[in-house]
Amino acid sequence: MNRYFILGTLLCFCCAFPSYGEDYSAKRHKMVEEVLADLAANGNPAPGPDVVQAMEKVERHRFVPDWLTRFAYINRPLPIGHGQTISQPVIVALMTDLIKVKAGDKVLEIGTGSGYQAAVLAEIVKSVYSMEIIEPLGKEAAERLAALGYGNVQVKMEDGYYGWPAEAPFDAIVVTAAASHVPPPLIAQLKPGGRMVIPLGAQFMTQFLMLVEKHADGTVSSRQIIPVGFVPLTGGH
Amino acid sequence: MAAPRPPFFAIGLLSGCLLAYEIALTRLFSMVLWHHFAYMIISAAMLGYGASGTALALLRERIAPCFNATFLATAAMLALAMPLSFLLAQQVPFNPLELLWDTSQLPKLLTIYLLVALPFFFGGASIGLALWRFGMQAGRVYAADIFGAGAGSLGVVAALFFMSPGDLLTILAALALFAAAIAAIELKVQRPWLAKLFSGLALLAVVAAHAGWLKIHPSPYKDLSQTLNISGTRMIEERTGPLGQVAVVESIRIPFRYAPGMSLNALDEPPPQLEMFVDGNGPTVLTRFDGNLAPLAYLGQLTSALPYHVLESPAIRLHGPRVLVLGAGAGADVLQALYYRAGRVDAVELDRNIIDLVRNRFSDFSGNLYKRPDVRVHEGEARGFASAGAGQYDLIQVALLDSFGVASAGLYGLSESYLYTVEALQTYLGHLAPDGMLSITRWLTLPPRDSLKLLATAIAALEESGVPDPARRLAMMRGWKTVTLLVKNSDFSPGEIAAIREFSRTRSFDPAYYPGMPPEEANRYNLLARPYFYEGAVALLGPERQDFIDRYKFHIEPATDDRPYFFRYFKWDAAVELFSLRQQGGMALLDWSYPLLVATLIQAVLASILLILTPLAASRARETLPPASAALYFLAIGFAFMFMEIAFIQKFILFLSHPLYALAVVLCAFLIFAALGSWLAGRKQGRATGVRSVTTAIAVLGMVALLYLALLPDLFDALIHLPDPAKIGISAALIALPGICMGIPFPTGMARLACTLPDAIPWAWAINGFASVAGAVLASLLAVHLGFTAVILLAVVLYGGACVAIRGFA
Repeated sequence: MNRYFILGTLLCFCCAFPSYGEDYSAKRHKMVEEVLADLAANGNPAPGPDVVQAMEKVERHRFVPDWLTRFAYINRPLPIGHGQTISQPVIVALMTDLIKVKAGDKVLEIGTGSGYQAAVLAEIVKSVYSMEIIEPLGKEAAERLAALGYGNVQVKMEDGYYGWPAEAPFDAIVVTAAASHVPPPLIAQLKPGGRMVIPLGAQFMTQFLMLVEKHADGTVSSRQIIPVGFVPLTGGH
Repeated sequence: MAAPRPPFFAIGLLSGCLLAYEIALTRLFSMVLWHHFAYMIISAAMLGYGASGTALALLRERIAPCFNATFLATAAMLALAMPLSFLLAQQVPFNPLELLWDTSQLPKLLTIYLLVALPFFFGGASIGLALWRFGMQAGRVYAADIFGAGAGSLGVVAALFFMSPGDLLTILAALALFAAAIAAIELKVQRPWLAKLFSGLALLAVVAAHAGWLKIHPSPYKDLSQTLNISGTRMIEERTGPLGQVAVVESIRIPFRYAPGMSLNALDEPPPQLEMFVDGNGPTVLTRFDGNLAPLAYLGQLTSALPYHVLESPAIRLHGPRVLVLGAGAGADVLQALYYRAGRVDAVELDRNIIDLVRNRFSDFSGNLYKRPDVRVHEGEARGFASAGAGQYDLIQVALLDSFGVASAGLYGLSESYLYTVEALQTYLGHLAPDGMLSITRWLTLPPRDSLKLLATAIAALEESGVPDPARRLAMMRGWKTVTLLVKNSDFSPGEIAAIREFSRTRSFDPAYYPGMPPEEANRYNLLARPYFYEGAVALLGPERQDFIDRYKFHIEPATDDRPYFFRYFKWDAAVELFSLRQQGGMALLDWSYPLLVATLIQAVLASILLILTPLAASRARETLPPASAALYFLAIGFAFMFMEIAFIQKFILFLSHPLYALAVVLCAFLIFAALGSWLAGRKQGRATGVRSVTTAIAVLGMVALLYLALLPDLFDALIHLPDPAKIGISAALIALPGICMGIPFPTGMARLACTLPDAIPWAWAINGFASVAGAVLASLLAVHLGFTAVILLAVVLYGGACVAIRGFA
């Protein structure tokens, strides 16, 4: 009887802390494969190898609260406190790919959140400048990024409306913070040929992405992209 | 020794507390989550009552020797449970936004449902005990119960004018304790110190309420919570009222700059703003204004500015347009009208707290916006104001007041909105001056949902108003975040069409439709994979409209007063497909509110089986099962009563302007008149008279229901402008006859069962309780799908079935 009790207790213990000693890199690899399959299934072009490599490398479980680490490599958004979320990996991959960043680029991020998107970008580009208006969130992210060795990410707890003039212009801008409109100074700080991406929707629910492209002549155009391959009409009768 | 006197005052007070608690919960749920959840609260109340009925049936022999102690204990437990169950429910980390991601949300929802039901269990037990103990005086006990409930349901609305819902819960606990003290006196209990103890505790609760100990914790994903996370924000004013908790927030470090969907070409920055939230939703912004129009230039860069560029008559150019803003909030659309030199602005706002804040508390900040001679502010409901025939306008603007996140997540899927129905649009169109325009701005959702549903609704409104070719009177413009629909009361002229095209070009907004629009203009600036909006508009305006609506994967059938669920886009087929695509981002396109309703129905059925029926089945009562006809009878009248009640509550939201008013007035009226019906039924005994009175009552009810279905829309339209007290009186009068009729079947059936198979009475209670619990939620589900008319007709059919069934258990 006692033996069963001890075994049962151990089993409960293991269920309560399933993340202990797990192989995160295998899980991460599986998640990336799923993300690639999902993107392909939606008819999206495969993300560049640098994006795939970055997603394989960044430890998402370091960017979620401890009690959620066991869900870190499931392709879903997760709460990170302060009413904010870490985006669904497929959305991160799509956004990173949409802005077409390269090794020597300089990227501005408005809305640091957990810092995960900044880390993915930092794996690809030369420098990332990230701004957060929720102070505790920004501090946590800055410390986390520093602890993980992302020396090429700078985090500032300031108003993102005016961007980061001292480092402008940027090759790409990612606006993950909810905004009622695209701040004109951000468009001004985008290099000609640069791209800006903005996810739109509620927390946990990125409904579509807006890609703003600044052309060589300084004019801008935008594209709205539904991440999921969903045709709103049935095939007909 | 004289027969004991029932504790009438205590019963009345307890019953009042329960009804007030039921209504206060709708306010609390609106504040904490996004919806009033009235159907779930009514269902939980019925579950509590039903479970207490079962418990009493099983335990009454054990309780009999200690009635006084049990009565006082249940009253005290009610006092404790009201604030405590809500506090515990707040601790449950239920997040509707994660409902479809996370299966653990379902047990959390069930936990909240059961916690909410707990006070009703204790309250139901108190009143049930008294009814059973003083059986000879049951009529008077019942009268005290109903009188208390009526007073409670109306009193709570009055209390919410000066008390926050959180404090109200504590005050209700104090009143329940006070009821226990009164009961101790009325029942002449042997321990007189009990009355003093309960009174002392009641006073303590009043002090606690005064200190505001019960804090409300809104979801961290609500707009207000998100805003208050920003460094340097603080709440500078808070107002309480039955229509909502209004909060004004300022941001010292980081200006708000609210300009929804401003053109990417714009260079303007909005002036300093304060944000206002109602029940944590919003914001509606109060913009600093000093009479200088230049800083308001950003308002010309929104899609909602389109009508001002299109209005072109010489009179308008000379005197400025006459504008009616429906849902004025803190005045952003009023400012936009002033920016475009409106000659006169009528602004309609339902919440007097918001008007007062703009007009008085922040009059300097707003530049006396609501005191200007050219701005007239009207407190009232948009439909009511428009129906009253208040004048003719060159432009009627329906303001965009809900937040983008809430709209895009489908959080309002179950909320009744009488602002965007076919009948509403017809009313607005009736108040347009020659060549006037109705302009409605909505958030852009992808694939299109709101905008196409709105267009379909406008087409239906024009057709029903006798317009032969609606296509010539419609125009729609989409930005990257908002869509504006124009409905004109004459055909668009070439000059107006040129103005639409110019507006589109200068702001990089894409026309989704205007008469004669070439397809190549549909997708130039904000590029989509396909020109969904244009294709949708053309299909809706063409002969294949119904086919398109049927084939579209979101529900875009025009909203009507009978099915006023404008924000419901859910279709089962699409939901299955989207759920299968959840890993790929499909979840974001699913409304959570509809699955929540289905989940609530499932849990209501399971909980009532478990807590009402199973205990009976497990007891000796299983040997005294009622005949099938009796079971069907009590099942049918349970469902039918709830169908009628829920349909009436939802239908009267239009007339009484707000869900809370409708809930309070309709519940109160049904209680009182159903009780009157029960009393009338009790006066006539005997099997034959029982069947006859049920048949007569149901026949009258059926006729009244059919008459109401035919007459209520016109009646509401004619009387909606009346002041609230008059509308409350009219509502009560309208409910009187159906209420009386609906009060007859239950006691008559009980009396009949008492003559034939008295041991089956607990089963009759339980079956009726089960039907009430499930019926409250099922009625909402059916209303969303079939409309109120169908729900009422279904109730009549169920009552008809009951007429047949009652003949079976002689």
